[in-house]
Amino acid sequence: MLVNEKIAIEHGLKSDEYKKICKLLKRTPNITELGIFSAMWNEHCSYKSSRIHLKKLHTKGKKVIQGPGENAGVIDIEDGDALVFKIESHNHPSFIEPYQGAATGVGGIMRDVFTMGARPIANLNSIHFGSTQHKKTKNLLRGVVHGIGGYGNCMGVPTIAGQTSFDRSYNGNILVNAMTLGLVKKDKIFYSKAAGLNKPVIYVGSKTGRDGIHGASMASASFDEKIEEKKPTVQVGDPFTEKLLLEACLELMSGDSIIAIQDMGAAGLTSSSIEMASKGNLGIEINLNKVPCRESKMTPYEIMLSESQERMLIVLENGKEEIAKKIFDKWNLDFAVIGKTTNTKNIELFFDNKQVANIPVNTLVENSPMYDRKWKKSKLPKKNKINKTIFKSLKIKDTLKKILSSPNVCSKEWIWQQYDHTVMGDTIQKPGGDSGVVRVHKTDKAIAATVDSSATYCWAHPPTGGKQVVCETWRNLISVGAKPIAVTNCLNFGSPEKEENMGEFVECVQGISEACKYLDYPVVSGNVSFYNETKDIGIKPTPTIGGVGLIKDYKKMITMNFKEIDNIVLVIGKTEGHIDQSLLSRIILNENNGPPPEVNLFNEKNNGLTLLNLIEKNFIKSAHDVSLGGIITAISKMCIKGNKGVQIKKPKFLINEIEYFFAEDQGRYLIEINPNDLKEVSKILDKNSVHYDEIGKIIDKEMIIDQKTKLTIDELKSYNTNWLKRYMV
Amino acid sequence: MKSSVITFPGSNCDRDMDVALTKFGFKNKMVWHNDQELPKSDLIVLPGGFSYGDYLRCGSMASKSKIMNSVINFAKSGGLVMGICNGFQILVESGLVPGVLLRNKYLQFICKNVHVKVDNKENTFFKNLDKKILEFHIAHNEGNYFCTNDQLKEIEDNNQIAIYYCDQNGNTNDQINPNGSIKNIAGIFNKEKNVLGMMPHPERMIDESLSGEDGSIFFKNLLNNIK
Repeated sequence: MLVNEKIAIEHGLKSDEYKKICKLLKRTPNITELGIFSAMWNEHCSYKSSRIHLKKLHTKGKKVIQGPGENAGVIDIEDGDALVFKIESHNHPSFIEPYQGAATGVGGIMRDVFTMGARPIANLNSIHFGSTQHKKTKNLLRGVVHGIGGYGNCMGVPTIAGQTSFDRSYNGNILVNAMTLGLVKKDKIFYSKAAGLNKPVIYVGSKTGRDGIHGASMASASFDEKIEEKKPTVQVGDPFTEKLLLEACLELMSGDSIIAIQDMGAAGLTSSSIEMASKGNLGIEINLNKVPCRESKMTPYEIMLSESQERMLIVLENGKEEIAKKIFDKWNLDFAVIGKTTNTKNIELFFDNKQVANIPVNTLVENSPMYDRKWKKSKLPKKNKINKTIFKSLKIKDTLKKILSSPNVCSKEWIWQQYDHTVMGDTIQKPGGDSGVVRVHKTDKAIAATVDSSATYCWAHPPTGGKQVVCETWRNLISVGAKPIAVTNCLNFGSPEKEENMGEFVECVQGISEACKYLDYPVVSGNVSFYNETKDIGIKPTPTIGGVGLIKDYKKMITMNFKEIDNIVLVIGKTEGHIDQSLLSRIILNENNGPPPEVNLFNEKNNGLTLLNLIEKNFIKSAHDVSLGGIITAISKMCIKGNKGVQIKKPKFLINEIEYFFAEDQGRYLIEINPNDLKEVSKILDKNSVHYDEIGKIIDKEMIIDQKTKLTIDELKSYNTNWLKRYMV
Repeated sequence: MKSSVITFPGSNCDRDMDVALTKFGFKNKMVWHNDQELPKSDLIVLPGGFSYGDYLRCGSMASKSKIMNSVINFAKSGGLVMGICNGFQILVESGLVPGVLLRNKYLQFICKNVHVKVDNKENTFFKNLDKKILEFHIAHNEGNYFCTNDQLKEIEDNNQIAIYYCDQNGNTNDQINPNGSIKNIAGIFNKEKNVLGMMPHPERMIDESLSGEDGSIFFKNLLNNIK
């Protein structure tokens, strides 16, 4: 087929991008070459709209072994151990085909982690759906949850935490972000940089089929009414083969055969081979007849663009082919030597003894387009003038009931009970807590991990929202007694070609970077997902942050359930009564305007580190961060989990009761301490200038606010646990 | 005491089982499904997981593995064999215990703590157990035990039901049945009671930081009974 501008545009390239290709090649590309360019230059693979801004992220730190740019980030967790982790989006495919879309999202991120030599030890996910009234929501939720479980459960990796939200803005574009943590010895990390000439390039794993062709291009465009036609671009997952691939790769990695390894994810064989060559500043030669194919008569174009799952590309040391083949044979996986490294710095493809593509690697990578797109600066919205008399008409009990049973606050047990969260025998904090916690096998250490996003805050004011999400994950880690170390981010936005969406992206990234820098909590990996829009309507900006922390002695881990009657409950951090953008404002007052709560990074850091100090001294019996729904929602969850009640003191502040209980001011936690420790704890808090209020004490099975407002724990439980189960019936 | 854990392609609780057995004093060996011979063992364990992806009926492919001939012979000569979760499905498929395991009643994978009642203590697995009700953990998609009426009669006549799903007080009713199993059956024996298949995972309940410790009780007791 002869290539022209029209065909290039059908491949998702822009007219000037096509011209650039012709200029770089000094000729017209053939169809295979055009396919390769379109795969490498799309937004998903090239980060052409985001690269310039991602450079500003805070990515350095003492604990960082590998920052962004590899298959996943790596941090030092002491004693020669390293933690490999990353989050990635699979939004577009999951909307088209929820089961396979979500399943292959989980499969892809696990591959990114074990490609680096790490055994996956935990999965997390952040999933966002449209309004609960929308006709697609239920089926999408069911499909996505089945898909995540179907893949992760079969792999035998526990899913230890996650986040689920519902918002109208996801009606036409759901979000599925999957995160994996893996464990590796510091001196056994594998990278994707090829090295050495004439080294065998081997292909292992599943056979190549016609599934997922143009998957990455599909994920680089918006949706319209013809979306059903895109189903063939969704890959089909085979977790069983991935489990075999995992074991086979780790077995091969225990020796010294591998020079470089790269999984075939987005844009399959194309991006994996080019990435390895580019990093090694080498050329690569592939004989496409050697690629194991599932279907007959596949063309070079199809082989190069297939996104069939569960495949890896490896550059081996010379003479190690037999050793490697034996291992992959044992695990019943395909193994083929398909090419070699060369000094041409070109990617050269052969098929039926003919050269079918010859492209300089740097034209695909370094010379790929990079745009400094126009973006619009946001303004901090004016504070809402809420008529305070309205608070008088609200009853705490009714309001709390509505909030506890609202889709975004209610218990997500229906979801996480479908995920195996206990396999591998090291899960010491299950889903439903502030963070999931897994022990580092056979040691006293544990890793805490959490994933969060706050689209509403980001939508109201992107820079504040960006900061807030980072802080929220920081608090989630502190609440279980973990020292936060680093984050991974998944940046889900609308079209970068729209100034407003681009502005949201730029400013959220600024906020994230500022918070990460201040908290010494660097970004080590991540991905960007643009074009989350359908028929011109984009999602609310949703940067998702996955935070990771270390607990040196897992016996010191903290949980949120109230422990003992007569213990005292303190609120750490100051309550100012910020109601705008709170759940109260949105679902009770039906008010969507106003600024998000302010984020004070000094207080975040100071409050968090002081709490860690108190935990280290064994003063804290239970802890929970205050987020959506404010103090009263947080305290309700501690009651529910601990099956204990609380006698709440009247607030002695100028703000009214409703504001005090439901405000979403940042930097706050609830902690339980023994009354005998109060003096000592107060001393430490005062010394560190941490604001705190004594809010009440733990009693048996009832939440008592005043003589009129009493709730039993069973009532609280029923509000919180039933909504989702009933919705999904 | 010596134990062996078989690893099939897709097994994923093999390591957990190894950790548990070793913790309670077994000398455990891992055995590859393609091996022909079993090492000398006092106990053979078929672990949980998704052997062959469970793409056919769960456990059916694994039940035809090379090693299974030796496992079947070992069982027939009176050796102790225990299948957990996918291992239970493999036992059923290989005919070592009666019945079948269907998809859970609500068509969902389910991962949670459950209580089980131990009725029959006249066997090596549960003999001398102090407790009658244990808290175990389940994680499966196909644990819905089913058999014909004739089989059920035979199973009951021979006291082959090992454990039932129950509430914390030992009541076995529909409400606490997590997967729709007939008679709340969570585990059964062969006629001779030297082969046990059960859905719950005792190996996930072996220290206080995990879901509970009743797995420890089970393994300690088992080791003492074999000694």
